[in-house]
Amino acid sequence: MTEAELRVFVGIVKHYFEQQTGIAADIYTPYLADPEALPIYDYTGVIGISGNRQGCVYFTAPAEALRLILTRGGETDLSSRNLADLAGEIGNTISGNARRQFGNEFLISVPVVVQGRNQAISLPKSVKAYIIPFCWQQHDAALVVSVV
Amino acid sequence: MTKKLLIVDDSNIIRNKIARALGAYGLEIVGMAPNGESAVRMFGENRPQVVTMDLTMPEMDGIECIRKIHALDPGVRILVVSALADKATAIQALKEGAQGFLCKPFTEDELTEAIGELLSEEAS
Repeated sequence: MTEAELRVFVGIVKHYFEQQTGIAADIYTPYLADPEALPIYDYTGVIGISGNRQGCVYFTAPAEALRLILTRGGETDLSSRNLADLAGEIGNTISGNARRQFGNEFLISVPVVVQGRNQAISLPKSVKAYIIPFCWQQHDAALVVSVV
Repeated sequence: MTKKLLIVDDSNIIRNKIARALGAYGLEIVGMAPNGESAVRMFGENRPQVVTMDLTMPEMDGIECIRKIHALDPGVRILVVSALADKATAIQALKEGAQGFLCKPFTEDELTEAIGELLSEEAS
């Protein structure tokens, strides 16, 4: 993953929050992940990548941030089911939008949602993972991109 | 006459968002399907004139679903609502029988505008 490719994901995250909530996310400098210390918050939407690239992309956020996003979007059902659904949908949207730059052979899976901070996400050891940390409405969250 | 709408998306919150926006716009929601297989069944049962269609879904994806629904009713108006932002996918969906493409993430205003265009093209 090149720096320019990583910037594609930064731009998509930025656009998502501005467009869906009207409130910009503060996006911090991406960095190479320590595979033993990957960020994980309450809900994590994991998207598998295949086709012309391989790996995965995951979006992880605390429950309170997801509740706020739903509320701002007019959703009144703030159940755990919908928080999980939103984490998966954000992962799906960010990965799908990346096809604008990566092309239609950048194949994305349906989301798999992991719930709980004590879960572990295991990524292929041979593929470097980059963390794009950000803060929205005082809640830290992250996008992790591990694609070769 | 009020037009009937079928919403197809594997995300519950997206189905609800579309239902809120297009229900307020004046369409009658006759079904909300979480995958392509359910969508084809609901389409046969309710014969809606308008469909919003996600593409990345389990069981049967949106392209296959468009193909099957279009075969049942070539006059149906289908708006694809998908995160897949590349041109090739949009062109393929249009070739299979969709008439419009709205990229996620979307606002309710963008959705009603896209549906308005879809229905005005039908009228003209």
